[in-house]
Amino acid sequence: MPEFKVGEHTYDVDEDGFLTNPDIWNRDVAKDLATTEQITDMTDNHWKVVQYLRDYYVQFGVAPMVRKVCKDTGFKLNEIYDLFPSGPANGACKIAGLPKPTGCV
Amino acid sequence: METEERIVASPEDVNRKPETPLLDQLEQGPWPSFVKEIKSATQTSKMPSDLLGQVELSYREKQGHWKHGGIVGVRGYGGGVIGRYSDDPEKFPGVSQFHTIRVNQPSGWFYSSQALRTLCDIWERHGSGLTNMHGTTGDVVLMGATTAELEPTFNELTAAGFDLGGSGSAMRTPSCCVGEGRCEWSCYDTMKLCNDLTQQYQDEIHRPPFPYKFKIKMSGCPNDCVASAARSDLAIIGTWKDSIQQDDAAVAQHAAEGVDIQKDVCDRCPTHAMDWDGRRLTIRNEDCVRCMHCINVLHKALRPGKEQGAVILVGAKAPIIQGALLASVLIPFVPKEELHETVTELVSRIWDFWGEYGKNRERVGELIQRVGLPAFLDGIGLDPVPEMVAAPRDNPYIYAHETGGEK
Repeated sequence: MPEFKVGEHTYDVDEDGFLTNPDIWNRDVAKDLATTEQITDMTDNHWKVVQYLRDYYVQFGVAPMVRKVCKDTGFKLNEIYDLFPSGPANGACKIAGLPKPTGCV
Repeated sequence: METEERIVASPEDVNRKPETPLLDQLEQGPWPSFVKEIKSATQTSKMPSDLLGQVELSYREKQGHWKHGGIVGVRGYGGGVIGRYSDDPEKFPGVSQFHTIRVNQPSGWFYSSQALRTLCDIWERHGSGLTNMHGTTGDVVLMGATTAELEPTFNELTAAGFDLGGSGSAMRTPSCCVGEGRCEWSCYDTMKLCNDLTQQYQDEIHRPPFPYKFKIKMSGCPNDCVASAARSDLAIIGTWKDSIQQDDAAVAQHAAEGVDIQKDVCDRCPTHAMDWDGRRLTIRNEDCVRCMHCINVLHKALRPGKEQGAVILVGAKAPIIQGALLASVLIPFVPKEELHETVTELVSRIWDFWGEYGKNRERVGELIQRVGLPAFLDGIGLDPVPEMVAAPRDNPYIYAHETGGEK
């Protein structure tokens, strides 16, 4: 099992860097995970998306569809890519501590 | 430097070939063999040896050894790379990360040999050197990248003028037949339309916005060389509105050269729309369903009509989550001059409706099945036309006038 170390914290993650136990997530964990996405400063806009994803996941147990993320947060898709360069699935969901979205060829 | 050492084969690696008795059988016979190709790639990279080992194990155990899923990518793009990991990385370290990169192909797959060399050189420097020309999506498929090499590969590819294709819930790389580039039957310029749509939908290709994948494929004539009617959400197939162009002298020449026109042409016409009296071929064009058979056989004598354009079909897919679907006609005829504008407008309406009502991982064809074609047509603002129906109603107990038709 790969581990991800930042400062004094160590997390169990999968090979793509997603938390293996989504339940340990909190805002500090998110800040640590954000460093893997080259995001040094989590702005209010970042938190808006991350917190939305987290709340949706806690309520429904899955990640929302991209269109819903845009609609509910008010960000356009390209604005989300500006915030999270590797995209909503790989970037934002990872920081929000969601399990890896099911990939598809 | 560390990455470099990991990827490039050393003399020991070249000699370290796994035992592959099952795979070896696939090298026998006169046809091309992927095993032969993978073995030849062991000369330049150490990944293919472990690939052979893992595939051999899969054949022996009748079970795949790739892990399901995997999300990797390059900065700014939400697709184009498909994550692939071995489920036994200790046994097969060379394929512990074996991601697939899709590279957008040129329209009609026309390359200069220089472009192909550039592509292969980049890939031998950064990955396994194994390619698939081309995947079913149409893209060039580069197989076997490690996560660390994705970004450098992407940078070199873009510097050389290539770009990634689509993957995941994105607009997939549009693809087309060679069209007017080589084929005299083409009823519109497939390569131009394909290129125009690719440029126009860069956002949708690189940043997946949909419930699931969306494919557009373009064929110049009803021979449908890219099989668009069977596997694309939106198929644009060239066709003609007027009569088949006929050269009687050339028909006679075909007959003189031994073509049995009655047996091989008239009897095989699906709607029996043609007659041959031994001297003259008569075609009832109003009964023609544009199957292309007679044109393919009498290729010197018959050609598509002069009023050319395309039919647009919707909803085909291969089986993944639900079963396979063939496309249904959505717009029976669009003149070729209006094709780009019509497709753009149609696509935006379909995306709106599908984005609003589609479930996660539901293709357009499945949505149409779920809500029904009338609701879909209503949603995208199209009127129903008879060409959308595969066969006329055959229930004699419902009368047309009861449902608003004429008595």
